[in-house]
Amino acid sequence: MANSEKKGGSGFDPKRRRALKDMATYCVGATAITAFLAGLGGLSRSLPAATLRPPGALPEREFQSACVRCGLCVRDCPYNTLKLAEVGDGPAIGTPYFIARSVPCEMCDNIPCVKACPTGALDHSLVKIDKARMGQAVLTGRETCLNMQGLRCDVCYRVCPLIDKAITLQMTHNARTSKHAIFEPVVHADACTGCGKCEKACVLDETAIRVLPIALAHGEQDKHYRRGWEEKNKAGKELVPGVIDLPDRMPAPPSLSKVPQ
Amino acid sequence: MSTKRNPGVEAREVHGFFVANWWLILRRLSQLGILMLFAVGPLLGVWIVKGTLASSMTFGVLPLTDPLMLLQSLVARHMPEMLGLVGAAIVLGFYLMIGGRVYCSWVCPINPVTDLAAWARRRLDIGKGWALKSQSRYWVLGGVLAASALTGTIVFELINPITMVYRSVLFGLSWGLSLVIIIFLFDLFVARDGWCGHICPVGAFYGLLNSSALVRVSARGRSRCDECMDCYAVCPEMHVIAPALKAQGEATPIILNRDCTACGRCIDVCPERVFSFTHRFDQRLDEPSPPSGADHVQLKEVA
Repeated sequence: MANSEKKGGSGFDPKRRRALKDMATYCVGATAITAFLAGLGGLSRSLPAATLRPPGALPEREFQSACVRCGLCVRDCPYNTLKLAEVGDGPAIGTPYFIARSVPCEMCDNIPCVKACPTGALDHSLVKIDKARMGQAVLTGRETCLNMQGLRCDVCYRVCPLIDKAITLQMTHNARTSKHAIFEPVVHADACTGCGKCEKACVLDETAIRVLPIALAHGEQDKHYRRGWEEKNKAGKELVPGVIDLPDRMPAPPSLSKVPQ
Repeated sequence: MSTKRNPGVEAREVHGFFVANWWLILRRLSQLGILMLFAVGPLLGVWIVKGTLASSMTFGVLPLTDPLMLLQSLVARHMPEMLGLVGAAIVLGFYLMIGGRVYCSWVCPINPVTDLAAWARRRLDIGKGWALKSQSRYWVLGGVLAASALTGTIVFELINPITMVYRSVLFGLSWGLSLVIIIFLFDLFVARDGWCGHICPVGAFYGLLNSSALVRVSARGRSRCDECMDCYAVCPEMHVIAPALKAQGEATPIILNRDCTACGRCIDVCPERVFSFTHRFDQRLDEPSPPSGADHVQLKEVA
């Protein structure tokens, strides 16, 4: 304004004061908004164990930085496996997931869901579906599994798309009858994709085999652990020369389990 | 009834319902039509556009991605796939050309909700309410980006009402829709044009793309203005009108303020037909009408 007076001496300028006040209000407001949204973002980051991400999904943390929740993967899934999460479903709202016991992943060869993803939340470097790691099957119900009772259900083993690689039947002695065998379904983490067909197929009311997030199912050895026998093979010689290998003490009576050499 | 509470009455009496609501009708058709392009897929099995406004694929060839979404992803330290980058570039280019906030008034599904709240607010004579500053939205936008960077998530998607509406229609009803009701009530009782005009970070982002907008409204007939104030009453960004309408002499009649959403409601409600859609370089002004006795019928005859 042309007629605004300068009050040089007092140092008080109403305009400047208002500008400073506005600035302070904005800063407080923006900080509050940031904190509110950051809090929401933090809350939404956990993924319940029963919910699985589509093939090629980045680890949950990175997934949240990539997925725009457009649902294109859901649209291109030919088996209606994938869903977008609703409030209360568990995964962050609007993100894709599936529940193996309802509709498992059919492991399409061309992986259409990954190809549809515009952001790479589903990693486009996944081109062989056998390399997918949506989770890992675990025989959680060893007490209820029919095979573990000595019966031959074998359903999880039969439906496994990677039969004899991801699930094998391991024969052990049936101590109850002492003349039959138990064929235990054993999941092998190096092959299991976590598609969930075993969980879907389990004949029990409440499934005995479940696909869990890999972090829950698999455990992880400390980064500094080395396996002596592997290191020995890598080096091609004894790592510590001159160690005398004393004979191992064998179990007294011969047993059905394999004797280590 | 005062015109402020019910702007557009005079225009309707003089020009008829369709002329006085022409751009409003077109806008509603545009908003609904775009939603329908997505919805005929899940509803009827005719797949035209897949996805949502967040990211979509049209006829399997045209990828489109919301650039603000991708920006949040980038500050959350994720490098998106080429498909998303290309889609965002197309959207960015399109809105940079025609004007970013065209998205707000012609595409966004929240616009009808806040328009309804603004209408109800006028009819109930609720007044201005909480006077937020119009640049608050840029601080919200800053807050959204900061929160995305801090948490490493696309944080606005947790509460984005725009994609919430689209997901609800296309993928099944969601409790997230309650946010839309909250926005309606906020605009109705708390702040006039509170959400779209002061808070929404998506609008703020598209506003930043609006500085070079080609599609603009011109007050080329400003010499006819009789200061009925209907345009101010109906404009969701009322501060944009005065510089063009009240300018003197040769000064530009184009509404250049980047907050203008090019909704065209001022064109509709003006009984004097002062405003019209044009491009930003159109400096034409209508000749001043004779000082007295020039009613609308005569104007029509002259034209």
